[in-house]
Amino acid sequence: MNTWTEKEPILSIKDVHKSFGELEVLKGVTFDVMKGEVICIIGPSGSGKSTLIRCVNALNDIQSGSIKVEGVEVNDPKLDKLALRRKVGMVFQQYNLFPHKTAIQNIMMAPIQVLNQDPKEVEERAHSLIKKVRLEGKENSFPGELSGGQQQRIAIARSLAMEPNIMLFDEITAALDPETVKEVLVTIKDLAQDGMTCCLVTHEMGFAKEIADHIYFTDRGIIVEHGPPKTFFTEAKDPRTKEFLSQIL
Amino acid sequence: MRNKLSILYPYKKGFYHTVDNTRFSYWLVNSGYKWCVAFLILAMLYPVNAVASNYTYTMAFQAFLKWVPLLVKSGFVLNIIISFLAMMIGTAMGVILGLAQVSQYKIVRIFAGSITQLFRNIPWLVLLFIIMLTFPFEIETADKIYKIPDWTKAVFGFSLPVMANISEIVRGAIKSVPLGQWEAAESLAFSRQKTFWQIILPQCYKRMIPPWMNWYAILSMATPLVSLLGVEEIITLSRQAMEAENNNPELLIPFYSFALFIFFIYCYPIARWTIALEKRYAVKL
Repeated sequence: MNTWTEKEPILSIKDVHKSFGELEVLKGVTFDVMKGEVICIIGPSGSGKSTLIRCVNALNDIQSGSIKVEGVEVNDPKLDKLALRRKVGMVFQQYNLFPHKTAIQNIMMAPIQVLNQDPKEVEERAHSLIKKVRLEGKENSFPGELSGGQQQRIAIARSLAMEPNIMLFDEITAALDPETVKEVLVTIKDLAQDGMTCCLVTHEMGFAKEIADHIYFTDRGIIVEHGPPKTFFTEAKDPRTKEFLSQIL
Repeated sequence: MRNKLSILYPYKKGFYHTVDNTRFSYWLVNSGYKWCVAFLILAMLYPVNAVASNYTYTMAFQAFLKWVPLLVKSGFVLNIIISFLAMMIGTAMGVILGLAQVSQYKIVRIFAGSITQLFRNIPWLVLLFIIMLTFPFEIETADKIYKIPDWTKAVFGFSLPVMANISEIVRGAIKSVPLGQWEAAESLAFSRQKTFWQIILPQCYKRMIPPWMNWYAILSMATPLVSLLGVEEIITLSRQAMEAENNNPELLIPFYSFALFIFFIYCYPIARWTIALEKRYAVKL
């Protein structure tokens, strides 16, 4: 039924409108992401960045428009949300680790409980994921015993354990201090190099410049400007983008 | 309503622990003993009937000592049994009601919420009167008559307000789990049921224990209420004992002071423990 192929965009967003009551936060957003691409969404607070990526895995619903993940329409009342969320991983600003479980249990929980995979196999994978996020030795620590950066890396590993095809990152470094930001960003860079499709909402301009294939600048619910990082930072045309960049850089 | 921008609130110790208050435990630990002493002093000052002047406090105390084993063995023990059973039944019903209060279905939520508010807000004594007086005192079957002892009705009467308050504790504990936990679980493709049973509820147990114990202390202190209805617990027995000793007013002090202290000695450690647990869990989260 689903005729999606890898030549088509893995994530396709068309004219998305989203309101919270009277307040319209997304006023027609359109863009495509190809498999293996890394995109960064930047923009001032309240411009609808987080809402946009929360709509991708149906944490928020949209009023009109279309979001397609691997050809499957998200804006559909009959959508199988759980099937969608198996393909789309998400990492939050506040980590949201499960405080009553250890680091490795946090990672193993979803594959065992949701995908009914073999616990031994999952444990092996969890160990390799912990290695990947460079947290060997912290397997049995509870989230409360880990630093913010460590918690966030465990949260990334937890999402990866579901073997998603797209990863969404919602301002994942915003709650961290500058030193720990780095260790999280290194993790994401590894991911990007492995070919994972990533959508990041971020305030780390330097990082966006370095890692992104494409940068989108949003303001007041629309995409004002976009382009590859080379040209985006140097040849911004829109006055709002210019102003924003001048304040940040 | 769930997302009230809690991140904007200033940090407050025990922010997630305002599930249901443990105020009673704090009161008991901090000032309970002062009230006991105050009572004793007031009682000593109470003008005693001058006519029965040949009956002294010493005699009253000796008379009282005879009754102590009875007061404890069949009086106070019954209070404890009533409180234990009422707590067990009330907790079982309260947990179900509390879960119903966070149901996905509005009708279930409204129904459970109404029952909770009803039993939380009617005086315990009125409820006890209704149950003691309207429920049958015996059940007749074809060949036998089963008597229902008063105290079992008391257990039932107490379990209803306990149920309502436990229901609120459960609801409050579930609501106190940050919204982010739901979202994280949802984004990992957990269904609502799995999220609830495997992620949200396990985080609630610890939060529920201190207020639950607090309610147990309140309940055990409330059990003498049933003496008004003739259940033979410690206060009823004290009264009967005093009658047997010719109702000398001097008897009031040893008998009621004893009842006061035995409850205090029973509840004080519970209150201390409640506060200690609350503090310990507050640090760990």
